[in-house]
Amino acid sequence: MTARDEILARVREATTAAASGAYDRPAHVRTPGSVDLFVERVEDYQAVVERCSAASLSDRVQAAVEGCSVVVPPGLGVEVPDAVVDAGLSALELDQVDAVVTEATVGIAETGTIVLDHGPGQGRRAITLVPDRHVCIVRADQVVADVPDAVALLDPHRPLTWISGPSATSDIELSRVEGVHGPRNLHVIVVED
Amino acid sequence: MTATFVGMPPFPTAARAALEDTQLRHNLAHATGTIRDKRARVVAEVEDWEDLRTAGAAIKDATLANLEQHLVQLEARLLEQGAVVHWARDAAEANRIVAGIAKSHAVDEVVKVKSMVTQEIGLNEALALEGIAAWETDLAELIVQLGDDLPSHILVPAIHRNRAEIRQIFLERMAAAGRPAPTDLTDDPAELASTARLHLREKFLRARMAVSGANFAVAETGTLVVVESEGNGRMCLTLPEVLVSVVGIEKVVPTFADLDVFLRLLPRSSTGERMNPYTSTWTGVTPGDGPQEVHVVLLDNGRTRALADEVGRQALRCIRCSACLNVCPVYERVGGHAYGSVYPGPIGAILNPLMHGVGEDAQTDSLPYASSLCGACYEVCPVKIDIPSVLVDLRAQVVDAHRGGVPPVTHLAEAVAMKGVAATFGSSRRLGFAERLVRLGTGVAQRLPVATPWTNARDVPKGPPESFRAWWKRTDGGRR
Repeated sequence: MTARDEILARVREATTAAASGAYDRPAHVRTPGSVDLFVERVEDYQAVVERCSAASLSDRVQAAVEGCSVVVPPGLGVEVPDAVVDAGLSALELDQVDAVVTEATVGIAETGTIVLDHGPGQGRRAITLVPDRHVCIVRADQVVADVPDAVALLDPHRPLTWISGPSATSDIELSRVEGVHGPRNLHVIVVED
Repeated sequence: MTATFVGMPPFPTAARAALEDTQLRHNLAHATGTIRDKRARVVAEVEDWEDLRTAGAAIKDATLANLEQHLVQLEARLLEQGAVVHWARDAAEANRIVAGIAKSHAVDEVVKVKSMVTQEIGLNEALALEGIAAWETDLAELIVQLGDDLPSHILVPAIHRNRAEIRQIFLERMAAAGRPAPTDLTDDPAELASTARLHLREKFLRARMAVSGANFAVAETGTLVVVESEGNGRMCLTLPEVLVSVVGIEKVVPTFADLDVFLRLLPRSSTGERMNPYTSTWTGVTPGDGPQEVHVVLLDNGRTRALADEVGRQALRCIRCSACLNVCPVYERVGGHAYGSVYPGPIGAILNPLMHGVGEDAQTDSLPYASSLCGACYEVCPVKIDIPSVLVDLRAQVVDAHRGGVPPVTHLAEAVAMKGVAATFGSSRRLGFAERLVRLGTGVAQRLPVATPWTNARDVPKGPPESFRAWWKRTDGGRR
């Protein structure tokens, strides 16, 4: 008997007397996401957050990466002067880059979370991981209220990265310290019109 | 690595040694106190927290009831998305599979995401025997691995270490494993974290194969989920060419939408945050992004034994948040090592006997007694595992397993004592007599041989000057 068949047979035997598998999901009342709350909650994680208009976005992005070498994903909706457009840079090459600028898929107000689905404007997972500064552009209309609203919008067949503040650890005496392996600086720019 | 849980003494013996370690008790009280406050604050923010707990429990129960169907669906979706699926009956089989994949790529090292299941199966030790180095990349796991130590907490395996001890371990041990710690390293947590960043970065950048667990596996889509803080998980899940994820068969959830319940329950319960810094999900292979060879090892290793236990199967709902450890008065005092398993605390006291079976070894049989049954664990559990009820049921199973043989002395003494209690409470005359004896007896009780396992570890409260029944008789119920 293969391991698969044996495990499935054990599972079948163990669950013959188990109760039926029905359950009710809690009703979730969808409410629009509050940009104010989103900004407050992202700031709670020691991230830098600023709000701007579409017209001033380009200037804000340039200011956020001033003095840095920058990589951007193909399809980014804003021009970043002197930035390298990612075309499959290796991890070692990305390690020599100071900053990355991307867009996002969803922002979650309640938890101060940004979700990337790594499509156009967001790029491969590695480019938002290895550089030490991540500048992330979120449109105000991408902000939803809570986690269920976000899950409903996301495509499970794409790789997803949920980001809540800069890299952190609570492993030393259970006190939160910002800055371990992921980007130590998270800079969120919320674009409002 | 030589540290191992194999051959650990039963809980009361191990607990006694731990209780004498004042540094350990100080570290634990500080850490668990901090996390309890943080959890309470963020849980209070969620209006429908109780509904969420109920939903979490219901989703897990429903999944377990139809586990075969969900596992078959998960396997089919993973295959469609380009993953390779393996099944492992036990630890040895899972270790052989992972080592086989490593050898087929001729790698002599792998980077690891923190994972309870790979600790459970002793993967690092098994790979070491094959000449493959497994580098732990979670900060607490790194501290444990460098210190040749054992994990003592589900979420923070180095919870028993304070910052000064961590600094010492980094200074003494990092050089042998790769980039050394700077000689002027202080015990500032930010500096310690930054030292770990530099030490591990060279390993992330060169690693060709990674090993992870998974917090959830979605049957409907074949999506795996890893919830983490530091970004070491993202490094392992993204940079290497080959990714192997070892997943316990109880990690399945039916649909992608079910994740919303768990992604709200888990971070608030475990690190006391509204959301953990990073959550990664991936569904098989994504062309041009991340590992192009993805393996999933579905592991039993005692889970079907637990599943067959009608009272105990609820333990398989566990999402490894460790809230039950942080609130447990027993865990807070003795720490995790005394439980003799990678799963310590209240959840470990039920998971280990359920997965291994009782009546086999004294260490496992001692675990259902490692509790005061206060119920704090049940109250905080995000998936409502009724740990006290399972403990009581397992105690009965332990006693039953020893019936016919010679029961262990503590359990025998308990049985004799309970018979005495039944006789005393069964008669008003005998009860009145006993109450008069209480005032005389509390000091004596400390020295009675039959009561020592109980009284040695506890202060017996002083008896009242007068019992309620004596007071009632003397004052006619307060009327004179």
